[in-house]
Amino acid sequence: MPWYRRWRNVFRDDAVGTELDEELAYHLAETADRLMEQGMPEAEALRAARRQLGNYTIQKERTRDMNLAMWLDELRADATYGMRQLRQSPGFAAVSVLSLALGIGANTAIFQLVNAVRLKLLPVKDPEQLVVVDWVKDSARAGWWSSRSANFTYRQWDTLHSQQGPFTDLIAWSASPFDLTKGGEPRFAQGLFVSGSFFPVLGVGAELGRTLGASDDSGACNTSAVISHAFWQRELGADPQVLGRRLTLNGYPVSVIGVTPPSFFGVEVGHRYDVAVPMCADRLMSEDHKGRIPNRAAWWLSVMGRLKPGWTVKSASAYLTTVSPVFMRMTLPEDYKSDLAKKYLANKMNAKEANNGVSDIREGSQQSLNLLLAITGLVLLIACANLANLLLARAAVREPEIAVRLAMGASRWRVVRQLLAESLILATSGALLGVFVAYAVSRGLLALLETPDTPTFLSLSWDWRVLMFTAGLAIATCLLFGLVPALRSTLLSPALAMRASGRTATASRERFGLRRALVTAQVALSLLLLVGALLFVRSFHKLLTTDAGFKPENVLAAAIDFGKTSYPEAQRLSVYRTVLDHLSAIPGVASAAQVGFTPVSGSGWDNSIGPDGAPAAGSNKSAFFNRASPGYFKTMGIGILAGREFDEHDTANSAKVAIVDEEFARKYFHGVNPVGHTFHLEQGAGKPEPLFQIVGLVRNTKYYELKEEFRAIGFFPVAQDEHPGPGMNAVLRIAGSPGPIIKSAEQVIGGINPSISVQIKPFSEQLLDSVRGERAMAILSGAFGSLAALLATLGLYGVMSYMTARRRKEIGVRMALGADRLRVVQLVLKEAILLLAVGLVMGVALSLWAGQLAEKLLFGVRPRDAMSLGGAVVLLSTIALLAAYIPARRAAADNPMSAVRVE
Amino acid sequence: MPKSPNDKLQGTLTLLVLRTLRTSGPLHGYGLCEHIRSVSDELLQVEEGSLYPALHRMEQDEWISSKWEITNKGRKAKFYSITARGRKQLAEENESWERLTEGVMRVLKYS
Repeated sequence: MPWYRRWRNVFRDDAVGTELDEELAYHLAETADRLMEQGMPEAEALRAARRQLGNYTIQKERTRDMNLAMWLDELRADATYGMRQLRQSPGFAAVSVLSLALGIGANTAIFQLVNAVRLKLLPVKDPEQLVVVDWVKDSARAGWWSSRSANFTYRQWDTLHSQQGPFTDLIAWSASPFDLTKGGEPRFAQGLFVSGSFFPVLGVGAELGRTLGASDDSGACNTSAVISHAFWQRELGADPQVLGRRLTLNGYPVSVIGVTPPSFFGVEVGHRYDVAVPMCADRLMSEDHKGRIPNRAAWWLSVMGRLKPGWTVKSASAYLTTVSPVFMRMTLPEDYKSDLAKKYLANKMNAKEANNGVSDIREGSQQSLNLLLAITGLVLLIACANLANLLLARAAVREPEIAVRLAMGASRWRVVRQLLAESLILATSGALLGVFVAYAVSRGLLALLETPDTPTFLSLSWDWRVLMFTAGLAIATCLLFGLVPALRSTLLSPALAMRASGRTATASRERFGLRRALVTAQVALSLLLLVGALLFVRSFHKLLTTDAGFKPENVLAAAIDFGKTSYPEAQRLSVYRTVLDHLSAIPGVASAAQVGFTPVSGSGWDNSIGPDGAPAAGSNKSAFFNRASPGYFKTMGIGILAGREFDEHDTANSAKVAIVDEEFARKYFHGVNPVGHTFHLEQGAGKPEPLFQIVGLVRNTKYYELKEEFRAIGFFPVAQDEHPGPGMNAVLRIAGSPGPIIKSAEQVIGGINPSISVQIKPFSEQLLDSVRGERAMAILSGAFGSLAALLATLGLYGVMSYMTARRRKEIGVRMALGADRLRVVQLVLKEAILLLAVGLVMGVALSLWAGQLAEKLLFGVRPRDAMSLGGAVVLLSTIALLAAYIPARRAAADNPMSAVRVE
Repeated sequence: MPKSPNDKLQGTLTLLVLRTLRTSGPLHGYGLCEHIRSVSDELLQVEEGSLYPALHRMEQDEWISSKWEITNKGRKAKFYSITARGRKQLAEENESWERLTEGVMRVLKYS
């Protein structure tokens, strides 16, 4: 009977009993029939039949025993025996369990991330019915983009919501940071503007109070807010009287009407929400008291729908694409000019599955996560190879014992099972401990990816997928490291094993072969991981030391928000001046300047240009832009190659000027000095394109991220900004330690107006935050690479010690015959060098092949980087040879006589 | 229960069962008893107390497989049939049985 049937027997013993009862009842009936045919009365026949069949219950028990008791008993015996064996060698058990725990824990942690990012369903009602409405690639959508949710305008949402189509209902939301303070240093909550349908359609109820409904998102707009469980706990101290409490969001008061349950974190994987307010509140919280709702070119909403029964993602997507032309006509922004309008009208919508939420980190992280899974998988494989090696050594010691068992009639399978039980105990303990490792690692990983400005939230709870994964790993590793040694140690003919105690050369040589192969594979795999680690570390280093065009040392970046004061537009330019003057006056500040947004902050703005008098519209030439005040380039240490910086003469009333970078000049002015040339900038419908005169040429700088190629960038003077915003970014070049300067900057700005808030930190920190993904990759691959190298070294050490121990007698004879210590060390090392060399060659080949998989994740380092390859080879050879030298020395130091006298 | 004179048969029970199943196809436990009894002219009588445990053990070893069917009398019965592995086992047991009997015969004849 196959094992799975037997398992069933353990748990469903009545089923076995019934089957047996029926089988025996049949026998009884047939016997009785025969007796009756021979003329016996029925009652007597039944009695006789039963007598003949023997005691019914004994019969039953005996038969069942075959199925159950024996099997269970053996299982128990195997487990006890395995435990006893492990207790006898606690060192072996500890090393095994620990290396397995590290391997399984690392794998589980990465899988937990993969699960949270890609697999987990949203914690809402019927998540499989949810689809996210999106645009077919390359849609033309110009205008005012705000929030990471910027997919739709309010007008578009309104149209979608009123038509519904394949959806029973739709929801819209917009993520937005809400400042919780009333001035001073801002403290942000992760906010959501949500449609009235948001909570009802998702089926998310309230843990306390009520959630927002359709009546809350109306023209009158009562200002109520729903908060998340986590926010309630963290920010409001889990106050049971929280309902009705006031919160200040961007200076606007709202009252709490409900708390959502702990499982609900929003609909965006990678982000959590703290506070949700109705969409209509955007009007109340905006500085112009109109907000984004009436603006047909304000992109700020994300939309999801719940499918009607019978609709699929595919059919819904097809429907949306079909209605797109009508939809685009209904929602066309008024100020789109003819060619932009034509492109806009050709936009197509589609639908995508949203059962596991929407995520901006999913696609970005996919490759890294896959690579990390592969890396941790290899680490586990190396750990398994180590264990297999250790078990082989143990099995060799136990050979005589096993031989006796086999000789006494134990079946081979029975002995294998017993050996496997030991492996299973190791694997299970490793997995259990691994769970704790995973817990720590996955949280550490999140911390690596998180910065104060970009809180990443992933729900890392243990669900069935993660548990299955860990259990699967435990079983797979157990088979991987346990099966081969178990099978091999039972392969020997008992007679041979007993006679020779497994010690004759012929029997062991072949077994050494397997151990050699395992060590070689370990060396190869750990070289691969080390090369990978060096590649990522070098890539990260290159990224940090890359010439970004500016000098980030001794620069502070300040984000200043005018808050509730906000000032009228006409006044803002002078407020900018006042703030800059105050900042420059701080002792230790060498220079201060204003900038539209600091480089590599993730913000950006691009537009079409027409160089040298050509119109910008339809030119297909575009550049990225920023604004700068006088002294910006000096403060940032950006070299001016020709012309001048902006100065006090560039004002709102003077001629419009611009400074461009080298890439701009190369692309649009054929590399000649562009100073004195002009370009047009595209504008909205009906407005004339302004002409800018180029007054300066500056060095290339990075714009969005350090990784990118240099872009064509143009700078405009802050003073010529027609719509100065209610806040500003400033950069300060300082001398001395930043701490006191940051303090005085905060004081100085608070002195201008207490409701102005300011966040200052070293610019280099911002740069470091921008490469946190690469940093995490470098740290993780470095850690895993080192772990792999350590495990492989342990493996090599183990095999070398074992082999020298077995050759002790031979070495003793050699020394007795006159070989000196050096010769003996050479003899042993030769073996190790051979193993190492074969492993290294294989590893190099493997690395060359696998390098290209990581190519996209690298910066400034080619996947076949000689430095990384060479470094890894040298590093691994050094520690591996050291590991081999120790047993070699020991062998040579042995007294030849005592070695020969062994036995 | 008095000790059955057929107890010494136990060792050869596997052989008998496999052989019977091979020649006469699927059979239930009762049928096996009857068949062995009648073919051996009632010389051999399989004790039911040994038969069923043996059948189950053989099923575990995958020498035979079983299936529930309705007999022509309308009763539900468990039918056993021989598997490929069982045939191999039968060949082995047959051979060793023949060697044993031959050995025993020789000893009886010549000593």
